[in-house]
Amino acid sequence: MENKLSRNLYMVPYVLWIVLFVIAPIFLVVYYSFFDIEGNLSFINYQKFFTPVYLKMTFSSFWYAFLITAISLLIAYPTALLLTKTKHKQLWLLLIIVPSWINLLLKAYAFLGIFGTYGVTNSFLEVIGIGAQQILFTDFSFVFVSVYIFIPFMILPIFNSLNELNPTLLDAANDLGASKWITFRRVIFPLTMDGVKSGCQVVFIPALSLFMLTRLIAGNRVITLGTAIEQHFLVTRDWGMGSTIAVFLIISMFLIMIVTGTRKRGV
Amino acid sequence: MTNGVIIQFNNVTKQYDNDPPVLKDVSFEIERGKFYTLLGPSGCGKTTILRLIAGFTEASEGEIFFNEKKINDIPANKRQVNTVFQDYALFPHLNVFENVAFGLRIKKLKNAEIEQKVREALSFVNLKGYETREIREMSGGQRQRVAIARAIVNEPEVILLDEPLSALDLKLRTEMQYELRELQRRLGITFIFVTHDQEEALAMSDEIFVIDKGKIQQSGTPTDIYDEPINRFVADFIGESNIVKGRMIADYRVEFVGKEFECVDQGLNENEPVEIVIRPEDMVITTLEHGKLQVRVDSQLFRGVHYEICCYDKDENEWLVHSTKKANVGDKIGLYFDAEAIHVMRHGETEEEFDRRLEAYTDVEPDGK
Repeated sequence: MENKLSRNLYMVPYVLWIVLFVIAPIFLVVYYSFFDIEGNLSFINYQKFFTPVYLKMTFSSFWYAFLITAISLLIAYPTALLLTKTKHKQLWLLLIIVPSWINLLLKAYAFLGIFGTYGVTNSFLEVIGIGAQQILFTDFSFVFVSVYIFIPFMILPIFNSLNELNPTLLDAANDLGASKWITFRRVIFPLTMDGVKSGCQVVFIPALSLFMLTRLIAGNRVITLGTAIEQHFLVTRDWGMGSTIAVFLIISMFLIMIVTGTRKRGV
Repeated sequence: MTNGVIIQFNNVTKQYDNDPPVLKDVSFEIERGKFYTLLGPSGCGKTTILRLIAGFTEASEGEIFFNEKKINDIPANKRQVNTVFQDYALFPHLNVFENVAFGLRIKKLKNAEIEQKVREALSFVNLKGYETREIREMSGGQRQRVAIARAIVNEPEVILLDEPLSALDLKLRTEMQYELRELQRRLGITFIFVTHDQEEALAMSDEIFVIDKGKIQQSGTPTDIYDEPINRFVADFIGESNIVKGRMIADYRVEFVGKEFECVDQGLNENEPVEIVIRPEDMVITTLEHGKLQVRVDSQLFRGVHYEICCYDKDENEWLVHSTKKANVGDKIGLYFDAEAIHVMRHGETEEEFDRRLEAYTDVEPDGK
């Protein structure tokens, strides 16, 4: 009995945390989503969400999140593969991870300097004769900076799953006649799928609700659901609409988590 | 190079960076259709030989021939050999069928052909009906069989087995020894088996290479190696041995533990210091006066098949005796052995010199050992 009591006691912080910071906020978000801007109970927000304005915004959010995830994956996978083959792989990995410790806003401001009209990039373009370009406030700069920010989160899980791969399996594939490319396609990639999935998860979901970068780097040319929520809460004070968008964002996050849910196979 | 030779090593050395070489100037030939065992303690270089044949690593010096073609620079995926790995190295994301079919799919065979070959290979290793099982659902012994099926399905000319039985329990291991030997006979292809277990090597092989410190110490049939070990290492590693220092007095006369004995060795120098090996099972317990050696029984273990009796003579030399008869601890007994039981080893003798010496005996006494 005492054992059970102490176990329940240990559960208290966990339960408190879940209730206060997970269940209560979700409940509040859902609750607020049923009130219009005057504070009357209605479904107007949900109707509004299915108008072209918000659907387009949803689509562009997903599109940019997809782009960011895809590009991060394309860069991160070969990088992780290369890292596992280096001599001091943990050191190299650390060097890649360190920038992710720095606040996102600081990095965003740094890029303002780098990509700005009188920034380093433009000076360089001038020197090589291409001339200054509008880099900041474009789709390109938004995706570039986002990818830069998310890459460490993509590399880490892929690196870990590559690192755990039994090297004899590669010998075995080689022994059975597989070239390097076939070994990669039939053995390495399928066996590191879990890492790829969790990498995509930790990039796609936050990318879906990015909002500061859209203003700082993309100059509000890219309007995502994250931006819309921020605007509704802070500018138009339409908490109901903001909550409604958040509800859809939460639902899509759960869906993504289910789709990319890791099913561990093998020994 | 005769027609029967499938693999040949010519003065092969393998060295990593500036470490001492793992293999030193190794040369040997492997004949088609035989069961070979590379036997030695861990770190002796036996797995390195296997990896050189498979192509996972390159020789630092020397030449490796396969079917009379030099294969030093041929990558592993282009070689006509398949490996059964120590940890089996089965692909955890593929089921049994796909694991076995892996090599065939790479060769781009037709589906029907793959299906037929995989089924055949699986029934060869008694795994019919396991096609759709996941690897994690298989026991150690079953995984072992999948690994073997995956190798034989490609119909290689040589199969390399890297300590494949070491992870199995004793009973299963003995069973698999029979099965592997049987499988090799039925397939008629060359097996090269790596192990550190001398019993396994003696039971399964046509030919054993005993390896130590990156050199082949002795090669030959199991009986050759057991009965005529070339040096102290081989005598000690293969089976149990009583090894004492001795001195050759003249042909057929040898002296050890302060006594003179009749033996069957000749052609050595007079007074040459030698080492004497007598196998424990060649010693017979007898009365004190009939014994060639007089010893005191120190301890006794029951091993099932026989008693392992540990005795000491008056100079405190240890003598191990295997006997079906029980002895009494503390008793003084006599040990008798034939002249043939005494095996004389010269110091620093090479394999060629050793073989020549043994052949000389056969010339002298045609029906001798």
